[in-house]
Amino acid sequence: MSVLVDEDTRVVVQGITGGEGKFHTGQMLNYGTNVVAGAVPGRGGQEVDGVPVYDTVEQAVEAEDANASVVFVPPAFAGDALFEALDADLDLVVAITEGIPTQDVSRVYRTLQETDTYLVGPNCPGLITPGEAKLGILPGNIFSEGNVGLVSRSGTLTYQVVDNLTERGLGQSTAIGIGGDPIIGTGFIDALELFENDPETDAIVMCGEIGGEDEEQAAAYIDEHVDTPVAGFIAGRTAPPGKRMGHAGAIVSGSGTGTAESKINALEDAGVPVGDTPEEVADAIESFL
Amino acid sequence: MRLHEYQAKGVFAETGIPTPDSKLAWDVDEAVEAANEIGYPVAIKAQVHVGGRGKAGGIKLVDDEEEAREAADAILGMDLKGFHVDRVLVEAAVDFTDELYVGVTMDRGAGRPVAMVSERGGVNIEEVAEEEPDAIAREHIDPAYGMHPFQARKAVYNAGLDKEVAGDVASILMTLYDLWEERDGADIEINPLMVTSGGDVVAADAVFNVDGDALFRQPELAEMEDEAATDDLEAKANEYGFDYVRLDGNVGIIGNGAGLVMTTLDLVDYYGGKPANFLDIGGGAKAERVANALDMVFSDENVDAVVFNIFGGITRGDEVAKGINEALEQFDDIPKDVIVRLAGTNAEEGMEILNTELVQVEATLEEAVQAAVKAAEEVEQ
Repeated sequence: MSVLVDEDTRVVVQGITGGEGKFHTGQMLNYGTNVVAGAVPGRGGQEVDGVPVYDTVEQAVEAEDANASVVFVPPAFAGDALFEALDADLDLVVAITEGIPTQDVSRVYRTLQETDTYLVGPNCPGLITPGEAKLGILPGNIFSEGNVGLVSRSGTLTYQVVDNLTERGLGQSTAIGIGGDPIIGTGFIDALELFENDPETDAIVMCGEIGGEDEEQAAAYIDEHVDTPVAGFIAGRTAPPGKRMGHAGAIVSGSGTGTAESKINALEDAGVPVGDTPEEVADAIESFL
Repeated sequence: MRLHEYQAKGVFAETGIPTPDSKLAWDVDEAVEAANEIGYPVAIKAQVHVGGRGKAGGIKLVDDEEEAREAADAILGMDLKGFHVDRVLVEAAVDFTDELYVGVTMDRGAGRPVAMVSERGGVNIEEVAEEEPDAIAREHIDPAYGMHPFQARKAVYNAGLDKEVAGDVASILMTLYDLWEERDGADIEINPLMVTSGGDVVAADAVFNVDGDALFRQPELAEMEDEAATDDLEAKANEYGFDYVRLDGNVGIIGNGAGLVMTTLDLVDYYGGKPANFLDIGGGAKAERVANALDMVFSDENVDAVVFNIFGGITRGDEVAKGINEALEQFDDIPKDVIVRLAGTNAEEGMEILNTELVQVEATLEEAVQAAVKAAEEVEQ
């Protein structure tokens, strides 16, 4: 079992003819993902790796019954691509693109609230249900099947934690990289809710980082609504205020909000052990199971 | 990307937001000439990307030519919180009775813009925001419609502004929001928005931060970009296109992905060391980029040892290993210890390529960080 994606997910890749889109479509197919279509304006009728390309997402949905999309469209056009995906009424949209203007994302976010679609990202590595499907750019080979749900704002940090888990034989139900931008679709709370309701997820890892207040809100949510044991990790304890640490969203504001300390305290107050190292996160998960 | 005050005021003036008479000056004579032309009293204001300029001595109010010369001489060339002042704005001083605050920013939690008004403008607005959040009226804007005029009115009345200025401030807020939207603003602020003794409102300062990801469609603003990096290394990082932040420790850190690099910094600290920098080489880096990263960290004289931590997703271990070899083989004597940890995509291939006579290899992140902290300690002793 899993959340959001499984072997029945039927994927349309928006931007499938671009360099990134083409490469990762191959990788997704190799992993066993059901990539059923591509969508690129003006490229309808072509094929990429045997996958038929359509001019619009709507056509791809009609012809191939796609119910999820992965977006590799360049930043200047990505906002429009996301509106197109929402218009097609998909269950899931995964936006890999980095560097979309924030106001574009804000407009998409506003429309997203009126739909039942889950948007993961933007600026994220995607998500994977080991052994079934991956939507995005995560390296499939480090994941293994199991019952640990994982949600993270950072891609490579996810790989690090998964590696620590897999090494101990702790497989994953689904791992979701929600992205490091200031405005994202699916957040920690959405992911926690999904994992809480998934009978096959028995423990949850939540990897946060400095910036914003999402981790604090997630901690309050865990306290109220989550019975599945959660272990946490927060990156950026040593980050100085006012400096953006790579991700657009990873910045401690001058007035002191968004610090690692505040997030760690909130999680610990909610009964979530927070590891000092990724290794300690795996220790905590092992003790839960 | 941040505009200078004079650039922001230039943009404001185009939209009809009232600003005081002013002139930019690059040297003392130019500043004095501008002051004489505008008429005293004038404010001489350092143009640097720093908050709290006034408190730091970057703004001086002067009453005559002699004072103007003295102030311009003191401010031009000064070091303001690490920034070199190379130009000043000479501006007519405003005879004010009140200092207000208006601003528009993105509320990341709400995922939509928010307009803000306060009658408690001035240098302490951040403390006001912290301690008395209710003293700032906030109005969230639906990005599909933009700001409705009633929302601007609501904000100014909720902020408790006097009726005499409420209409003017509401109309400035509308203009500010439209500007924010059309020009891809990140944060736009007027603080203070001064109320003159005559009952007019004037933008005495201006903050205009533009969304760096939107510069492709704001060519006019992109041209105003002024690479005011605080030090040579940050300038070099801009050139190489790295996400780089300099810190004050002695353990150099290179990695891929913001979260993992931050974690590596945290672990250096956890194991008793001091991180010298944050350097993210990004995804899919090729050998040359890897070599550039090492070059960057080597050129920081505070660095005593380097930890290079890669967990490959789209970044390939063999490319990283090639880059590390290339960078190190050009030295007869490698200047600092380099500890490498490779995992993920093509890590095994990378380990085979890596010249282990030049670097120390560790299997896990924790071990690599501990080895680097130890190596740096040994250099210090």
